[in-house]
Amino acid sequence: MRVRTLELAVGGFMLIGLLAIIFLALRVSGLSMNASEETYRVVAKFENIGGLTVRAKVTMAGVTIGRVSNIYLDQEDFVGVVEMDIYQQFDNLSSDTSAAILTAGVLGEKYIGLIQGAELDNLVDGSEIYNTQSALVLEDLIAKFLVGRVSDEP
Amino acid sequence: MIDRIAALGRSGLELLEALGRSGMVLFHALWAWPNLRTTFPLLVKQIYAVGVLSMVIIVVSGLFIGMVLALQGYNILNRYGSEQALGQMVALTLLRELGPVVTALLFAGRAGSALTAEIGLMKTTEQLASMEMIGVDPLRRIVSPRFWAGAICMPTLALIFSSVGVLGAYAVGVLWLGVDGGSFWSNMQNSVEWGDDVLNGVIKSVVFGVVVTWIAVFQGYDTVPTSEGISRATTRTVVYASLAVLGLDFILTAVMFGEL
Repeated sequence: MRVRTLELAVGGFMLIGLLAIIFLALRVSGLSMNASEETYRVVAKFENIGGLTVRAKVTMAGVTIGRVSNIYLDQEDFVGVVEMDIYQQFDNLSSDTSAAILTAGVLGEKYIGLIQGAELDNLVDGSEIYNTQSALVLEDLIAKFLVGRVSDEP
Repeated sequence: MIDRIAALGRSGLELLEALGRSGMVLFHALWAWPNLRTTFPLLVKQIYAVGVLSMVIIVVSGLFIGMVLALQGYNILNRYGSEQALGQMVALTLLRELGPVVTALLFAGRAGSALTAEIGLMKTTEQLASMEMIGVDPLRRIVSPRFWAGAICMPTLALIFSSVGVLGAYAVGVLWLGVDGGSFWSNMQNSVEWGDDVLNGVIKSVVFGVVVTWIAVFQGYDTVPTSEGISRATTRTVVYASLAVLGLDFILTAVMFGEL
């Protein structure tokens, strides 16, 4: 009987360890079970991506509809290229959708906000979003403000 | 003068010799693994001794460390009006650093010292020698299951520690101090990466588990067979294991999260 309780205790210990790793995976790190959800890839070019990072959210009307999958520099035009994976269920975004790099709160993390356009064609895998608005860089804004050119800007 | 230099040289040689012996003990302990059928019951018993009995101290200290982190973090973050970042701060601190390191230190004190004292007493009372006499390899029967139990239990305990710490932080931050529960979890989930943070923490704790158990088992196996020798070996286990954990933690952090 002694051996039995011992094995039960060890089994319980292992079980608690397993529960701990499941808790850490799902609740703390937000690893979703359907991580391999179907997505399609869209690219957008920004003059300045600010502090946008890979895996940042892509939202429309505040709802997360995708993730940023890759960021690199276009070495011909010298603009930042952002590749994003949009979940397949949102397949009716119009081809003139506009993208802006936004900030959550004053000092929060950067994310991409999409605004639906009016065209009848839809974005498909590999399309590019032409209508983009760069990240707001605080230093640029302050510099403009200091030289009094804020009101002259369009 | 010559005596001093000779003593220095002797202590250097002794250190090298001890390192060699500990390497041999580790090698034999690993070599003994394949004999699964006879080793498994011994392993279960050691997991009970090393892991299950350490759980109370791990859970209690995890809970309190999580609660203190939440309290301290809240006071500082509140000054900048960003107390929503509390969950993120606590989770990253626990998963990356405090979980593995504090668990390893507690593990060295709670389980490592017990391992050393047990094996040391076995050696002092010549149980190990008599085992050899009847043809049982003490490294295989005594050292190997203890070593593997330590290497298995340490990551498990670290995971439990981190989880309990996060729950403790939730209790203090959300239930007591009134941080919004939704932003507590969502900020945490946005910033904690499964591979970068959770798995790196697990890798750290596996390394610490191996090192702490190795030191504990070797110090016990290599003890001077007197009661004084056992006490010295036990002290050495805790001191060496703690120093090794803290030193290795710096190196591992530099490799995992630093610029290396």
